[in-house]
Amino acid sequence: MSDQGASGVDRLDRVFAEAREVNRGVLMPFVVGGHPAGTSLPDLLRALERGGAGVVEIGFPFSDPVADGGVIAAAMHEVLQTGRTVEQLLSEVRSVRSELSIGIVAMVSVSLVEKLGGAAFVRTLADAGFDGVIVPDMPLEESARYREAASRVGLGFTLLIAPTSQPSRAIEIAKASTGFVYLMARTGITGEQTQAPLISKPVAGLREAGSPPIAVGFGISSPEHVRAVVAVADAAIVGSALVRRLADSTSPAAEAEAFCRALAAGLDRS
Amino acid sequence: MATPPPPTHAATDATSPESEAPVRATMAVPDADGRFGQFGGRYVPETLIAALDQLAEVYQKASNDERFWDDLRQLEKHFTGRPTPLYRAESLSRHARKHADKKNHGATIWLKREDLAHTGAHKINNTLGQALLAKRMGKKRIIAETGAGQHGVATATACANLGLECYVYMGAEDVRRQHLNVVRMKLLGATVIPVESGSKTLKDATNEAMRDWMGSVETTHYILGSVVGPHPFPAIVRDFQSIIGRETKAQSLRHMEAMPNAIVACVGGGSNAAGIFFAFIEDHDVRLIGVEAGGRSSNAGDHAAPLTLGSPGVLHGSMSYVLQDADGQTQNVHSCSAGLDYPGVGPEHSYWKDTARVEYTVCTDDEALAAFTLLARTEGIIPALETAHAIHEAVRLAGEMPSDQHIVVNCSGRGDKDVDEAARLLGIES
Ligand SMILES: Cc1ncc(COP(=O)(O)O)c(C=O)c1O
Repeated sequence: MSDQGASGVDRLDRVFAEAREVNRGVLMPFVVGGHPAGTSLPDLLRALERGGAGVVEIGFPFSDPVADGGVIAAAMHEVLQTGRTVEQLLSEVRSVRSELSIGIVAMVSVSLVEKLGGAAFVRTLADAGFDGVIVPDMPLEESARYREAASRVGLGFTLLIAPTSQPSRAIEIAKASTGFVYLMARTGITGEQTQAPLISKPVAGLREAGSPPIAVGFGISSPEHVRAVVAVADAAIVGSALVRRLADSTSPAAEAEAFCRALAAGLDRS
Repeated sequence: MATPPPPTHAATDATSPESEAPVRATMAVPDADGRFGQFGGRYVPETLIAALDQLAEVYQKASNDERFWDDLRQLEKHFTGRPTPLYRAESLSRHARKHADKKNHGATIWLKREDLAHTGAHKINNTLGQALLAKRMGKKRIIAETGAGQHGVATATACANLGLECYVYMGAEDVRRQHLNVVRMKLLGATVIPVESGSKTLKDATNEAMRDWMGSVETTHYILGSVVGPHPFPAIVRDFQSIIGRETKAQSLRHMEAMPNAIVACVGGGSNAAGIFFAFIEDHDVRLIGVEAGGRSSNAGDHAAPLTLGSPGVLHGSMSYVLQDADGQTQNVHSCSAGLDYPGVGPEHSYWKDTARVEYTVCTDDEALAAFTLLARTEGIIPALETAHAIHEAVRLAGEMPSDQHIVVNCSGRGDKDVDEAARLLGIES
């Protein structure tokens, strides 16, 4: 990809703009930082980029991830058992950032963000080379402080929209987000699903209101799901399906690359 | 007493300098955002916001509806057995007097007998109120978390009585420790779901209940069991429990012809304590003392005392004192008492701590077990192990107070559920 210089929300904007130009969706794989044990995060990020990821979400392992289903919760638990710290995760991202042109977004619980100083933590993410931040357990009402902090350091700031969000509220959330907004395809927790999600209505409403790019996640598990998602939205987020494969694999980096490549087959709209 | 003395245990983090006079605690909290000073709020996934808004709105409407309170008062009177007695514990007081530090010391100890409420603990006050709210919202499926099983039993009871479907999440370790209550819940028609993740105790049961709610929120009400969680739960649970303090105030004026000098309650999530404290918050001459689980020691992982040994942070939807490591990961906790074995605490308690309105202290496992036996032997009352923490502190405190003064202890629950665990810990042959 071009424009290695852009960073933060500018990089996210560039990823979406380039994909739009060639009529493709963006693939957003999710991994748990430090998982699986024994695979270096820089290696995994390189593999995901080779496989066709546009933006990678890195979940910070948290002891009490209430929005996550069994696969991701177990991966987080496993990483924490090894005694890994937030600082280790930050330094691994820092070490590989300059080699990669993909966007890197932090998915991190408000419990960790608040412990490390709230706004100060957002600055730390920017310093480590993250391009955006998602705090999945911090709703719109509590978000103003972080949003300002993110904007001061040029980080994308993504809030989530749920199927239970009222349409007017969904629009407010989209407008408060920069880089992209995260549309949850389902109520419930993360986990693989067999059916592709029904999202055309909420997506149309958001588009009309001038939303930033829309990334759809929760239960996206196959190239067919990816195809169905990017037919209307801008990006497909794949979490549990990837994390499970990595957990089961003997060569996780190769598996990550292969699975991304398979999913990326669903990105082309033409 | 003009001003309460400083807390017996200072927090680990820096306290504010004296020039920064703390604000006085008021009963006019939380604000519209669910804030008790800097504490509380709503830190939950967007999925749950609509349900929390709905709950706040329905509660607001119910609060202003005489019929709602009439229904609840009827249940409290004829089903729960309220008002619960305020019992003068003569023999326990004599014991305290004998061990007092000075000759004319040894205050009189009174027990607010929540152990006599139906199901054997204060938890029923909250579950009946919330079950009525669930009916108003048209939600027929109820979920709950439980530690000691008292909240689970109280939820199952309210659901059986009001015709609601009930699912209770309980840590596998607590299923073992509080087996009697598991059987009770099943008899009441509830489904008990053992939770095998994490430490297999109350925190993990709460995680699982929240996960369930993430997927079922449109048809399900989550009856949270303490003054914790996202707004409006801390305020709702406090309000439903505050009947304890209102009764205590009226009964004290009748029996002592004065306000009590001090009130003592154990603090897990903090609902029985908030329930008895709330009516007295603006009566600044009444000392309020919350007792946390001191466990085995004050080392990380050995206790469950976030107010005494923790620092502000976010857990389970609100900002409050919490036990976390340097990264913000929740720390392991320990208490002999399943109902206190929790790394967080209600945000209003954090507010009361920072405004110095309530003093917080700890009671160790060994002290609680001794108090458990003491109350049984002196008064013929076997308290819950949770409650025993408060009993210990009341006896200790009585010994430091003049003999013409009065202490009320919230006797939050009965100890039947704990006899197996107590026998194991005390080495009693059965
Ligand atoms: C008898 C009794 N007291 C106290 C507690 C602790 O909860 P809280 O601090 O919310 O009153 C419990 C919880 O299970 C209990 O069963």
